[in-house]
Amino acid sequence: MIAFILRRVFQSVLVLLIVGLVAFAMFSFVGDPVENMLGQERTQADVDRLREQMGLDQPIVVQYWTFLGNAFQGNFGLSYRQGREVSQIIAERLPATLELAFVSGVFAMLFGIGFGVFTAIRRNGIGSNVIMTLSLVGVSLPTFLIGILLIWVFSVELDMLPSFGRGDTVDLGWWTTGFLTQSGLKALILPSITLGLYQMTLIMRLVRSEMLEVLRQDYIRFARARGLREKSVNFRHALKNTLVPVITVTGLQLGSIIAFAIITETVFQWPGVGLLFINAIQFVDIPVMAAYLMLISVMFVGINLIVDLLYFAIDPRLRVDGTKGH
Amino acid sequence: MTDTPVLSVRNLVVEIQTRHAVLRPVDNVSFDIARGEILGVVGESGAGKSMTGNAVIGLLDRPAQIVSGEVYLNGRRIDTLSPSDMRKIRGTGIGMVFQDPLTSLNPLLTVGEQLIETMREHLPISQSEARERAVKALEEVGIPGARERIDSYPHAFSGGMRQRVVIALALCAEPSLVIADEPTTALDVSVQAQIITLLRRLCRDRGTAVMLVTHDMGVIAETADKVAVMYAGRTAELGPVREVLTRPRHPYTEGLMGSAPLASLGQTRLRQIPGNMPRLGALPQGCAFHPRCNRAQTACRRDLGPTLAADEGRAACWFPVGATETAKDIA
Amino acid sequence: MSRFTSAWQSDFAWKFRRSPVAIVSFLVLMTLVLGAVFAPLVAPYDPFDPGSLNLMNGFTPPMEPNMFSGEVFWLGTDDQGRDVFSTILFGMRISLFVGFAAVLFAMLLGVTLGLLAGYLGGWTETIIMRAADVQLTFPAILVAMLIFGIAKGITPVEYRDQMAIWVLIIAIGLSDWVQFARVVRGATLVEKNKEYVQAARLIGRSKGAIMLRHILPNVMSPVLVIATISLALAIIAEATLSFLGVGAPPTQPSLGTLIRIGQGFLFSGEWWILFFPAVTLLMLALSVNLLGDWLRDALNPRLK
Repeated sequence: MIAFILRRVFQSVLVLLIVGLVAFAMFSFVGDPVENMLGQERTQADVDRLREQMGLDQPIVVQYWTFLGNAFQGNFGLSYRQGREVSQIIAERLPATLELAFVSGVFAMLFGIGFGVFTAIRRNGIGSNVIMTLSLVGVSLPTFLIGILLIWVFSVELDMLPSFGRGDTVDLGWWTTGFLTQSGLKALILPSITLGLYQMTLIMRLVRSEMLEVLRQDYIRFARARGLREKSVNFRHALKNTLVPVITVTGLQLGSIIAFAIITETVFQWPGVGLLFINAIQFVDIPVMAAYLMLISVMFVGINLIVDLLYFAIDPRLRVDGTKGH
Repeated sequence: MTDTPVLSVRNLVVEIQTRHAVLRPVDNVSFDIARGEILGVVGESGAGKSMTGNAVIGLLDRPAQIVSGEVYLNGRRIDTLSPSDMRKIRGTGIGMVFQDPLTSLNPLLTVGEQLIETMREHLPISQSEARERAVKALEEVGIPGARERIDSYPHAFSGGMRQRVVIALALCAEPSLVIADEPTTALDVSVQAQIITLLRRLCRDRGTAVMLVTHDMGVIAETADKVAVMYAGRTAELGPVREVLTRPRHPYTEGLMGSAPLASLGQTRLRQIPGNMPRLGALPQGCAFHPRCNRAQTACRRDLGPTLAADEGRAACWFPVGATETAKDIA
Repeated sequence: MSRFTSAWQSDFAWKFRRSPVAIVSFLVLMTLVLGAVFAPLVAPYDPFDPGSLNLMNGFTPPMEPNMFSGEVFWLGTDDQGRDVFSTILFGMRISLFVGFAAVLFAMLLGVTLGLLAGYLGGWTETIIMRAADVQLTFPAILVAMLIFGIAKGITPVEYRDQMAIWVLIIAIGLSDWVQFARVVRGATLVEKNKEYVQAARLIGRSKGAIMLRHILPNVMSPVLVIATISLALAIIAEATLSFLGVGAPPTQPSLGTLIRIGQGFLFSGEWWILFFPAVTLLMLALSVNLLGDWLRDALNPRLK
């Protein structure tokens, strides 16, 4: 088991190094950072001095190493566009994205698993068929259209929920939260649904198919033959066995929620890191782009690692025999 | 009341409605099992043995359903019970042992959790009491170090040990009937005998009636008191095991005996019944066995064999083996 | 004969006639594609000809007449008086062009790398498939955004708008090659050990010739299915990027750009500026998706 975890950690580090290389290449080859920083009135002496200061006269491998060291400490330099520390800008914006991702993740999981179990148990019911058909349409709809549709219905026509922004937030010093005010909570509803809907349908379909598979197993028949209640058979016996593959996919989906937040944040003008990234692309703000890339990678890799560890918590077979990865 | 059989099945018919036809995997089956008695149900795969067992415990899968007949457990009719009442019968009234111990146990729950859950579902006992009884149940089925191993997951047990756990689970809520569906087929030959001995001992001790479904004549010969031979959904022969095995009256039973290597019965040579059992959708007219039967006559091609009642000692055949008078007179 | 052509001849057409969903999807898609291709002929106005525009016609609701010629604007006009129907036709041109070109690019890249990885094995395979794995860790849309951003950074400022469409194609194409490469590699591994390939090798065919003439035709049917599904994804990806403002420039608006523009008028009540491009995009994506699903079932290659 320890060997397995070590191997996964090693792979994760490898992915991060490769992503780091991409980010480093962006710094080195896209535009000239020195020119970007010095502006029009510069002398060759200024340029040389800055090059030396930034270590740009060093061999490329050393530069990469320095870059990784800085990145590791969260130091990505100044934003070309805003002229402020990138790490500071991201720290300000991160709570908004994480709160949004958290709420949509919870929404996607709760409803995804709930609907998945429901449609598997009532396989031929009308309710199940309605849900399955709707989910098919939901998968075909681009995320941003779902967001616009929700705004149209709930903000424009019904005037019930806000169409942009986070509402009132409370500053906790190192974290700003929208969870503590009514307007903050209301502002979360539409973006969370928009962001979570696609993942919800994926989770639902997966839970359903896994559940149907598990319900055919002998141990489910045996549980029934022992006179256990349907509730216990469905949830204690079947759902738990369904969860192993579901956790993999759900975990990875949570990662993509943070990435897809870019779209939702743009539709709802949500002041998070996704909107920051889109603006950075529009203005070719390389430090922000690189920092976002590294941040997202760390989150993805971290989530993948956690998912792997969760296997061990759920499936006792793996605890003994650590080599059975996937 | 002591005379009431634990299980009485009367004219049980199970049908499967398919798009093209109605199939009858179980057709007019009747039998009784008394307290402490072991009924062996034999036949080829597809003969309706397992389907009969599933019908009795009320676990038929959807297109299959009981269309007529009656099932009584300790004199109480159970085939008409509501699903929730039937659920209460399962476990306490009827226990079931499945074929493959590797897939019968939930891999994500410890054996203790599965035992305790089952007992507490049916018996008014506390968690700690249930745990004590679970340890005892595991000891009874011969799991060494039961007190330590109760918290192990199924994958930590060997196939034979798992089947012991399955038996403990089937018996833990003290049912008066156990249906064992091919309980040894998936096991190593070396442990088959142990499991059968265990099952027989436990049931004898508790007076539990057993319906032992198998295709293995050897197991029947060693274990059962009574045997029902099934062919294409119908009972071909029903009677005390010694009588049926030594003096089979249905030509199918005779053939079956011939193809089973029964050292105990002095048979050494293997004889084969020609042909295969017909599929349910393509049953011949008359007796389903007649195309393979060397005694078949006009009546067999025209009329279904006689239906066997739960009384013993008869074969569902117009011209039984070794009979002086024709079976038609008996029927 | 390859699996694909034989499938086509035997029962492919028959299966198509039997599926109403496939027929309807195909008809809708064909109508949209033809409308886009012949946009200059079909469209009542040229939305990019400043001479035909008049701000006085701005915000005309659907089915209302032109103030000057009296002709009806079927789907209304936008803020600058451009005919929405015409902008949709021209927008679709961009969307479809980017979609097709991106998938073609992804296909060429993916099939080539997949063939090389599968046939050559060794280090080539390791590097290609590791790169694929790393890329798969990230959602395609994120990869496309990043590539778009980098490419935009490399392009000189004065060419950025002109190059935007090509940058978009490369970005979406690069984000989507992995699927092709994986499937082709898998199929190549199977094919390369078959007798006809061994025979070709024995008579001294070159590696390139074997890959192109013998293996490629036999891995084409899964590739075709993936291409169809990728097309739907590419169209949506293009629309998403353009909607986010990191895709087609306002001078060459695609459906996504039109939706981005239309979103601004959602609150002021000019719903048609948003609604019709959105519905068009939806029909486009849905018809390609359904067609792809049907194609997968009909050709039934061993996907997944």
